[in-house]
Amino acid sequence: MRGLKTPLGAAAALSLAFLLFAVVLGPILWGDDAIKVDTMALAQGASAAHPMGTDGLGRDVLARTMVAARPSVGLALLATLITVAGGLLLGGLPAVLGRRAGRLLNGFIGLVVAFPGLLIALVLAVVLGSGGRPAAFAIGLAGVPAFARLTQTLAASVAGRDFVAAARVLGVGRTRMLVRHILPNIGEPLIVQATLGAGGALLAFAALSFLGLGVQAPDYDWGLLLNEGLNRVYVNPAAALAPGIAVVLAGLAFNVLGEYAAQVFGGRSPAARGAGGSARPVPGDALTVKDLRVSYGPAVPVKGVSFTVGAGERVGLVGESGSGKSLTALAASGLVEPPGVVAGSIEAGETAMVFQDPMTSLNPALRVGTQLAEVATAHERLARRAAGRRAVARLTDVHIAAAAKVARQYPHELSGGMRQRAMIAMGLMGTPRLIIADEPTTALDVTVQKQILDLLREVSDSTGAAILLISHDLAVVAQLCSRVLVMYAGVIVEDLTVERLVAGPAHPYTRALLASVPDMSADRSQPLATIPGRMPSPADPVAGCPFAPRCPRAGDRCLTAMPPFEDGVACWHPIKEVS
Amino acid sequence: MAVPTPHHPAPPGDPVEEQAPPEERSSRPARPGAYLARRFLRFLLSLLLLVTATFGMVHVVPGDPVRAALGITASPELVAARTHELGLDLPVWEQYARYAAGLFSGDLGTSMISGLPVSQTIADRLPYTVMLALVAFAVVMVTAIPAGMAAAAWTRGGRGRAAELLFTGASGLLAVVPEFLLAVAMIVLFAVTWELLPVANVSGSLTPSYYVLPTLALAVGPAAALARIVRVEALSVLSSDFMRTARAKRLPARLIYLRHALPNLLTGALTIGGLLISGLVAGSVLVENVFVWPGLGSALVEAIKAKDYPVVQGVVLVYGGAVLLVNLAVDVALGRLDPRSTIKED
Repeated sequence: MRGLKTPLGAAAALSLAFLLFAVVLGPILWGDDAIKVDTMALAQGASAAHPMGTDGLGRDVLARTMVAARPSVGLALLATLITVAGGLLLGGLPAVLGRRAGRLLNGFIGLVVAFPGLLIALVLAVVLGSGGRPAAFAIGLAGVPAFARLTQTLAASVAGRDFVAAARVLGVGRTRMLVRHILPNIGEPLIVQATLGAGGALLAFAALSFLGLGVQAPDYDWGLLLNEGLNRVYVNPAAALAPGIAVVLAGLAFNVLGEYAAQVFGGRSPAARGAGGSARPVPGDALTVKDLRVSYGPAVPVKGVSFTVGAGERVGLVGESGSGKSLTALAASGLVEPPGVVAGSIEAGETAMVFQDPMTSLNPALRVGTQLAEVATAHERLARRAAGRRAVARLTDVHIAAAAKVARQYPHELSGGMRQRAMIAMGLMGTPRLIIADEPTTALDVTVQKQILDLLREVSDSTGAAILLISHDLAVVAQLCSRVLVMYAGVIVEDLTVERLVAGPAHPYTRALLASVPDMSADRSQPLATIPGRMPSPADPVAGCPFAPRCPRAGDRCLTAMPPFEDGVACWHPIKEVS
Repeated sequence: MAVPTPHHPAPPGDPVEEQAPPEERSSRPARPGAYLARRFLRFLLSLLLLVTATFGMVHVVPGDPVRAALGITASPELVAARTHELGLDLPVWEQYARYAAGLFSGDLGTSMISGLPVSQTIADRLPYTVMLALVAFAVVMVTAIPAGMAAAAWTRGGRGRAAELLFTGASGLLAVVPEFLLAVAMIVLFAVTWELLPVANVSGSLTPSYYVLPTLALAVGPAAALARIVRVEALSVLSSDFMRTARAKRLPARLIYLRHALPNLLTGALTIGGLLISGLVAGSVLVENVFVWPGLGSALVEAIKAKDYPVVQGVVLVYGGAVLLVNLAVDVALGRLDPRSTIKED
């Protein structure tokens, strides 16, 4: 909890404890004192018997302040409940109603949201009358437009995402879409907003009661106590201060709760941002992986992988979808998240990651420069300005023209190739010994692909960083790497040089993979070569060679015993001749 | 990056879509004229909503509003006469037409309690509220911009950690304390305990000393919020290349900050300052009531308590209209300064 370390955060956490204490125990502990009329001590100042003095009927102000915690907080929560319910309804409706009605409703929300909440609450107070509950409704309803606007904006942002599009393709109805697909994905920011809104409702309620439009005597809340205290401020100033302090503390308590919720949901804690525990710097090889296993319950997508990437070496990791290559890369950089379980040993130097889709890998809300600079500020405690300068320098290194301008731009202002360059530049903010690039060119068009591969090679040459390139595309790997690891169903089946790959690999799977790559001489009247059969599921136990069911050379032994990894290949019947 | 499934589906995105996401296509600023027209239409629609809401307010009040205002002791004849006087016995659409027509001719109705024209009440009270808001706004701008810049200069490049902590802590706290609580605290300290400043004016003449506490109470929160924003803005301005150039020219600090940095800050600060005005409008209602200020805010609360609906309608119209006008002015100014803001939202 980072908030606790700052003085403000510590004060707010304390006030939260005070708030809970007062709400739960206030009426029990001080309930009697709060109503005890002491005619001998009318409207007194602060004294030992009455630390905050007494009111006009000789009742203890401190006791009344403590007792008022429950109605004050309770009514604020009621108002928040109304805001959230109304906001979700009004903000979610446009998604359900369809285009025309939705736009109309959005326009209406946009108009209402321009008015200050307090003004709306005052107007509603006229309609609903005064008193605790009407005021709670007035404040709650006054908050609805803003909450609806937030819901609608968030829903619109989610509605454009892939999984919602997928659900729409599957014919999921609008209401079900809202409840099952959209609301769960915007719940977290809404909860944060609701918590902060509860603090706002508490203050607004105090304001309304203070004006005499909220809770009415003989009931009382903090706002009303404040009003009474201010009327006699010259007699006993403490009577005005006590409820005021209570309101501020309670408001702060809700604020810190909201901040904390934002931190928890946003994963902004320093621990979550770390590069992962398993990677630690070692001299010599850039990456050594021994007997790596990654399992998700019964499914084991990576089943005992061992390999080494030497300093400055460029290694490709190829295989079809589901072979476990991306997961191996994620495990190597310590990014496998629960429920995934990683076993085996990984020794890696400082590692940079370049992901497949530069559109989603960069935070759309932050400037490119900020995203680069935070690498240096977080890891090297570099000052913000220096980090910003380094960010621009690195952007220049990856051949981005007008790097300073790009650093101030947002990712959506850049093309796909530019974004991937920025990702690579981000990796270069430290001094990586290894760059793991997971399908770095898949989302880019062909000419940009080549530029990015050239850039990776250049970066590797100039910084001495090794590269582990994950790809399903043998052509891409052959362009950049000197060595290739071939993965199939969670194991490495062959480890060979690019020359050997071109000349003729030993493993039948590698050969089949190679044969499925079309080149300029491919006969276009023939269908593309495919590998018959399909890869075993990670959940299925495999006794022998996993490729055996699809292998033209498989014998009986292949189906019963896993071949050992010898001379760079795991096969009982390796192909010896060079094609 | 979350990896919820062992399979890492990697469908290559449509390259055309990747290269030109929709935001890029639509991010061309609209023609200024079209933007202004759209923005003005929006203003008119908001105004229509405001007028309708204030009109409808009286008609959804449970019970007879005239009876509620005059009290249960009023004779039925008086209630009927006042109802007829106010036109409340007419069909709703006719009442609405009369209400709207009245607004155009400056006739906001008559107070149910005092019998005075609402427009006169507003004319009497408005100057005090406008003065209060203007002085508070000036205080915000005059204190927040230098304070934010000084904090930025002090904490630039990770220097002055203690000062940064102090600034962000203090301004963060002041920004969340509501103005009416600040007002009460200031009364306790400056008026009651130390007896330095006057609080409520009873004589009828407002000398400058009466302005000190209300304007401070109103200005401190927005000033703290604005100072935080100015500091962040100033930090980025101070670290820009042209500032490095300015320093390379060995200019005196006064020129570096006032000539080179300030103009780059001012547009943003003024924009946000304009938005703070609508916050000041709402805050002034409370502060006026704390200090018994003879402005519109006090009139509004008195009228709500007395169920004097014509006055409530008129005052809400004035407040709402002011907010809408300020928003319009800010958007138009922003559109001129930063064409990106004119992009259509949907």
